[in-house]
Amino acid sequence: MPIIDCKVLVIGAGPGGYVAAIRAGQLGLDTVIVEACAHGGTCLNVGCIPSKAIIHVADEFEKATHFASDSPIGVKVSKPEIDLKKSVVWKDAIVKRLTGGVSGLLKKSKVRTIAGWATFVDGRTVEVKTDDGVQTIRAENIIIATGSAPVELPFLPFGGNVISSTEALDLKAPPKALAIVGAGYIGLELGIAFAKLGSKVTVVEALDRILPLYDKALTRPVAKKMKALGIDVVLGAKAKGAGKAGLQIETADGKAASVKADKILVTVGRAPLTEGWGRDNLVLDMDGRFIKIDEQCRTSMSGIYAIGDVTGEPMLAHRAMAQGEMVAEIIAGENRVWDKVAIAAVCFTDPEIVSAGLLPDEASAAGYEIITQSFPFAANGRAMTMESEDGFVRIVARKDNHLVLGIQAVGGGVSELAAAFGLALEMGAALEDIAGTIHAHPTQGEAFQEAALRTLGQALHI
Amino acid sequence: MGEHIIKLPDVGEGVAEAELVEWMAAIGANVREDEVLAAVMTDKATVEIPSPVEGKVIWQAAKVGDILAVGSPLIRLEVDGPGNVKPGEVVEAAPAAAAPVKTKPKPKDAPKPAAKKPKTNGAAAAPASASVSATPSGAPRAEGDKPVASPAVRKRAADAGIDLRRVHGTGPAGRISNADLDAYIESGGEPQARSGGLIRKTSITDVPMVGLRRKIAEKMTIAKSRIAHITYVEEIDMTALEALRKQLNETRKEGRAKLTLLPFLMRAIVKAVADQPQINAIYDDEAGVVHQHGGVHIGVAAQTPGGLMVPVAHHVEARDLWDCAAEVARLSEAARTGKATREELSGSTITITSLGAMGGIVTTPVINHPEVAIVGVNKMQVLAKWDGQEFRPRKCMNLSSSFDHRVIDGWDAAVFVQRLKELLENPAMIFIEG
Repeated sequence: MPIIDCKVLVIGAGPGGYVAAIRAGQLGLDTVIVEACAHGGTCLNVGCIPSKAIIHVADEFEKATHFASDSPIGVKVSKPEIDLKKSVVWKDAIVKRLTGGVSGLLKKSKVRTIAGWATFVDGRTVEVKTDDGVQTIRAENIIIATGSAPVELPFLPFGGNVISSTEALDLKAPPKALAIVGAGYIGLELGIAFAKLGSKVTVVEALDRILPLYDKALTRPVAKKMKALGIDVVLGAKAKGAGKAGLQIETADGKAASVKADKILVTVGRAPLTEGWGRDNLVLDMDGRFIKIDEQCRTSMSGIYAIGDVTGEPMLAHRAMAQGEMVAEIIAGENRVWDKVAIAAVCFTDPEIVSAGLLPDEASAAGYEIITQSFPFAANGRAMTMESEDGFVRIVARKDNHLVLGIQAVGGGVSELAAAFGLALEMGAALEDIAGTIHAHPTQGEAFQEAALRTLGQALHI
Repeated sequence: MGEHIIKLPDVGEGVAEAELVEWMAAIGANVREDEVLAAVMTDKATVEIPSPVEGKVIWQAAKVGDILAVGSPLIRLEVDGPGNVKPGEVVEAAPAAAAPVKTKPKPKDAPKPAAKKPKTNGAAAAPASASVSATPSGAPRAEGDKPVASPAVRKRAADAGIDLRRVHGTGPAGRISNADLDAYIESGGEPQARSGGLIRKTSITDVPMVGLRRKIAEKMTIAKSRIAHITYVEEIDMTALEALRKQLNETRKEGRAKLTLLPFLMRAIVKAVADQPQINAIYDDEAGVVHQHGGVHIGVAAQTPGGLMVPVAHHVEARDLWDCAAEVARLSEAARTGKATREELSGSTITITSLGAMGGIVTTPVINHPEVAIVGVNKMQVLAKWDGQEFRPRKCMNLSSSFDHRVIDGWDAAVFVQRLKELLENPAMIFIEG
């Protein structure tokens, strides 16, 4: 096949890669993107989007179950049933629509797409194994966007009843008993969903708490709900392997125990995909297990950029997208540098958690003298009308000039508040800016304004 | 406490309006009696307006570049005592708007209240903030603090190559606004290249064409759009004149200005136009008349800090060489320091332009409309010249002269320049009468 020469070559069409390619195409750069699987990467195919679909199914099913018992709001239904096979078909249709949409957007931006697995030959040349043979591509600039994959435990290799999040999203039926190793956000999102769908869920976590990235005030409402859903949480325990009856563990006091399970879901994090694409043929400096990048996402080799999960934490789609956009603009000659104030993180547990900027502890550790207050949804009219009174909005600000450093919330549907939180931080809002903005009534967002007012010592509704 | 209104005084005979070129006293400033409040410019001269009273500036009539009518309120001061405005009296804010002047007044500027709001304010103002205490702000950023700015401001700064750490933020918590960035750019903040590399600059600085610059632009437009220029260049052997000049300078009386080339050229022009009066003239093309002047009033183009000015040596025909030298020295000093009067800046009938050592070998001078000729002096250099037997070093210089071809034919232009050449190469002829 004839060699392809291009200005920009993107390896991996996940959120980072495809955004980089679209922007590069929009900027008139001759761009090629290589992807071995469907466009959209982990996010669209086996991550963010399908998990949210299954979580939605679980939420609707729980609602129906709630109505079938004695709901105080006066809605009554007969006992609901779940046809997970049908749910998965519906979920797959959404995924297909979105990945097809990405392909369309790439085409619209005049990006050439190559299907196949890319391997570096040298810092300017990549070979792609396609169905039609090996395609050589030479590029002035290459963007590595290879992403990440679920971490496998050596004593619990994936296969059979031991599954990763990918397989969990394609189950034919809810497991009767599901053991989950790792109480991070992926494990808890899926654990809560399957508990709602009727599985007996047990979560095993090596640390002494769930969701260790958040403080206890934020995770408490989640722990409370998990308890209400009958999820067992075994903290300080180590998974040891799969047994006949389920998961073998060692509890905090060193005793061996067994967790009954017909499926074992391992969610102990994700690892950057730094092997298998010819990194040996390059001389890339590493930063731990990640590819080392500077504030413009440049690697140690000129003309080679890296974005997304392969470059470090937080491994979030929206971080990768912002990096991709920036790198395309840098290649087009614009003066860009990573200058983001906040990358909001959302945990689609029940209730949801959203965090943007610094947590109180992090702000103090960073040397700021802070003021912080929260406003509970129990005092928010809209939350009451949605039977969703658990949780709060909390603001962390500098004491001296009231610059907002971090905003967090836990509660039903608070993921949508991420937009307001991110905007406030990115615009450099002071407490007075949020307190002085009219927030529509009755909405959960009023809790945001009230949290700012309360931090200023001027709350009106508490 | 009262208010005192100062109106734009009569700044020159026949002057109906003046352009505000500078405010020396900002709103809120306390001024003493006789302290200069503002500078206005008429057709030619800049006039400073002093304060007749002591007080605090509370209102300014216009912004720099606006045209004000003579007699219209210029500034309002808050003064001890009653002032010259009765309480509650409505002051006619802008007679300029009503005055029958030909330039367009800007009525929207005149009645504007004292404190101008920055352009960038708007809907973002927090309506509920009245109930919230003011945000502490304004203090310089502590070391290591990141600059706070919205993504839009950050992008603008990046595009302009500006490191926001160098920009002072005036917003809450030291937030940098678009206006702060503008102020930094206007103050001459330099773009910083990232790690020493080359960067693209996409900033655009808008420089208002006000004052002298605007006058120059207007005059140049008229000259180049109405006059059909013909430029004629001739080389002059200056060796003899230079020797004479050196001799005269070495033996000059104390207190006399040192002779430059200009006085010789001025005298040579007087001599040459005596034979060709059509060169020393003003062409009124609307009336269809060429006014040939008996008096030779030579404009001498001078570079000043504000731009090009042309002070005029009047009646050069009645000035001797030394007098010409003294007059040129006096006028160029007056122009440079902005002290030249209206009279000293008008009335020329022919103009000399010289850039001295910067003069280059040829120029295409633009005629000082409505004159019909301009004589341009190029740089002098020693060239090897063949005298028929050998090469000799000669001090040579080009004269680049432009003429209004509508009234002066090429032949006449050539005759004029050849006459100048003859006079300058044989300088004794300049001083022989008849």
